[in-house]
Amino acid sequence: MSPTSAPSKTGKAPSRASRKRSPLARFLVRRVVTALLLALGITLVTFVLTNLVPGDPVSANLGQRALGDPAIVAQWRADHGLDKPLPQQYLLYLGGLVHGDLGESQQSHRPVSEDLADFVPATLELAGAAILVSLVLGVAFGVFAALRRDRLPDHVLRVLSLVGISVPTFWLALVAFYIFFYRLQVTPGSGRIDPGMTAPPHVTGLYTIDSALAGQWDVFSSAIGHLIAPALVLALYTIGLLTRFTRSAVLEVLGQDYVRAARAKGLPGRVILFRYVVRPALVPIITVAGLAFGSLLSGTVLVEAVFAWPGVGQYAYKSATTLDLPAVMGVGLVVGGVYLIINLVVDVLYGVIDPRVRVS
Amino acid sequence: MTLTISALKVSIGGSEILHGVDLEVRAGRVHGLAGESGSGKTMTGLAVLGLLPHGSRTAGRIELAGRDLLGLSTKELNVVRGAEIAMVFQDPATSLHPMLTVGRQLTEHMRHHLGLGAKEARARALELLAKVRIPGPEAAIDRYPHQFSGGMRQRIAIAIALACEPKVLIADEPTTALDVTVQAGVLRLLRGLCDDLGLAVLLVTHDLGVMSAVADEVSVMKDGLVVETGPRGQVLREPRHPYTRALLDALPGETVGTGTPGRETPGQDLTLGGEPR
Ligand SMILES: Nc1ncnc2c1ncn2[C@@H]1O[C@H](COP(=O)(O)OP(=O)(O)OP(=O)(O)O)[C@@H](O)[C@H]1O
Ligand SMILES: [Mg+2]
Repeated sequence: MSPTSAPSKTGKAPSRASRKRSPLARFLVRRVVTALLLALGITLVTFVLTNLVPGDPVSANLGQRALGDPAIVAQWRADHGLDKPLPQQYLLYLGGLVHGDLGESQQSHRPVSEDLADFVPATLELAGAAILVSLVLGVAFGVFAALRRDRLPDHVLRVLSLVGISVPTFWLALVAFYIFFYRLQVTPGSGRIDPGMTAPPHVTGLYTIDSALAGQWDVFSSAIGHLIAPALVLALYTIGLLTRFTRSAVLEVLGQDYVRAARAKGLPGRVILFRYVVRPALVPIITVAGLAFGSLLSGTVLVEAVFAWPGVGQYAYKSATTLDLPAVMGVGLVVGGVYLIINLVVDVLYGVIDPRVRVS
Repeated sequence: MTLTISALKVSIGGSEILHGVDLEVRAGRVHGLAGESGSGKTMTGLAVLGLLPHGSRTAGRIELAGRDLLGLSTKELNVVRGAEIAMVFQDPATSLHPMLTVGRQLTEHMRHHLGLGAKEARARALELLAKVRIPGPEAAIDRYPHQFSGGMRQRIAIAIALACEPKVLIADEPTTALDVTVQAGVLRLLRGLCDDLGLAVLLVTHDLGVMSAVADEVSVMKDGLVVETGPRGQVLREPRHPYTRALLDALPGETVGTGTPGRETPGQDLTLGGEPR
């Protein structure tokens, strides 16, 4: 993979040579360290923001009578560590985090980590499917439009992508649910699988993967069926966005000298398209995709509500409205973590696609 | 093999850019093509390989070994491109793929045209890099274009063009982007290849100094037409067309028109500056 990773051929300085890592590995390590620092930053930000919220968790969680009794209030505050100074609260929080302890949800009275373990996979499955679909369709449509520039397919795709970008996701979700479920009955209803079915044995928490692993193909097809409509609704915006960006990125690359030089070499059209055109075009596409997937995550809250998808969006909404601070912080961490991972993946892909990023 | 261009007309989007170009490039000869910017030199070269911009229309004949290249389909052209006629482009900084190793760009068309295996192609790529005098071919082959200087990149581009042993090489201002000392090295290389391999070279340049150093025949273009053509000595010493004379007058005189055509004295009149051999 990395071209300059064999510096020790001469054998002159083996110790130095073995300590010297390949450029790609060094690049990866740098990115991961940065990501970890950012993760620490996210914990601080979520902590501070949550504590800046004007609402008082005590009044949100204790009943009228309990609130009237200072002893009960003080006891509750002490139980939840709220009587300590903020920096100390933060350190306690961090210490818990290291052990996977995110505190206890004041609403479900269960550890937040357990709540999240229930809800996060559902959202990951939905968002992951949407991301996959938008990458495949968005890039394919964009490349096709660029190759058919200013002809009918290009015009059709331009209108469609504009629609995809401008239609609000929540409206689309409602309309899609109404038309395809109530009217046409071509998609199954709400939830992740048919009501009569039991969830597949837990491995990843993603029903599609778990059911396939267990060989439960009826559950698998039900899970896929339930996934299609919400994932498409969620993906429509990013499909439109990626189609437009891919089109312009591909057109830009098509005008490059090295593409003409590749034609002059008599390479087959398919090789020129993928090796010489799509690969360089992926660099700007990935940038946009990374940003778009961030906004896709916020879209899940609405789509989950419409399709009654038991994901983290619903959980976040409930915890925020009841000032369930540990739960809110937990959700904040998960969302921040997902952003971090998306960014890390984008950075790593830059390095993999473009050697100029990793070879100085 | 002789490349014969006759009465070539090219129009792009309705406006005619070439108005009937005639050129003949013969095996073992360097044919210099001069002319001011915009006179149609690059378009002539691109027309030969069927690489004109979208929406171009052509008329006339471009003949190679009895075939009219203008009548070929893209599929048939792809057999000629790279294998029989190769092209080196004006700017070496942009004509190499920035994300592929030099080795990949040297071998992919060899494997395609010549059906070589990965190992054979790599071995041949190493030979080619040595031939264009890239220092340390073993290390160079796995590097990326941005890790080389402009002169090195141009040599790599030439190596890529030569990889499938084409009969005709179109070199579009291969030295314009280079500084003078590097120029001489690249030109000497082209001259040598022409003499050793019997390559027919169309050397596009608007630098008459370069022309006088390596060309056997010289043609001068102006506004989409060849206005003068003939052996180097004749054209550069006794220009008949006023435009050629004007071009010559614009040149610092001493490098032009001395000696006999380059074929008899290869390398002798390369007065363009030294390059360590
Ligand atoms: N894509 C294009 N569309 C329309 N006209 C073009 C296009 N590219 C070039 N031309 C025109 O074709 C003519 C010939 O251009 P060409 O590039 O062949 O000139 P040149 O002799 O190579 O010049 P230079 O020395 O600057 O490279 C110019 O008048 C130019 O304006
Ligand atoms: Mg030109």
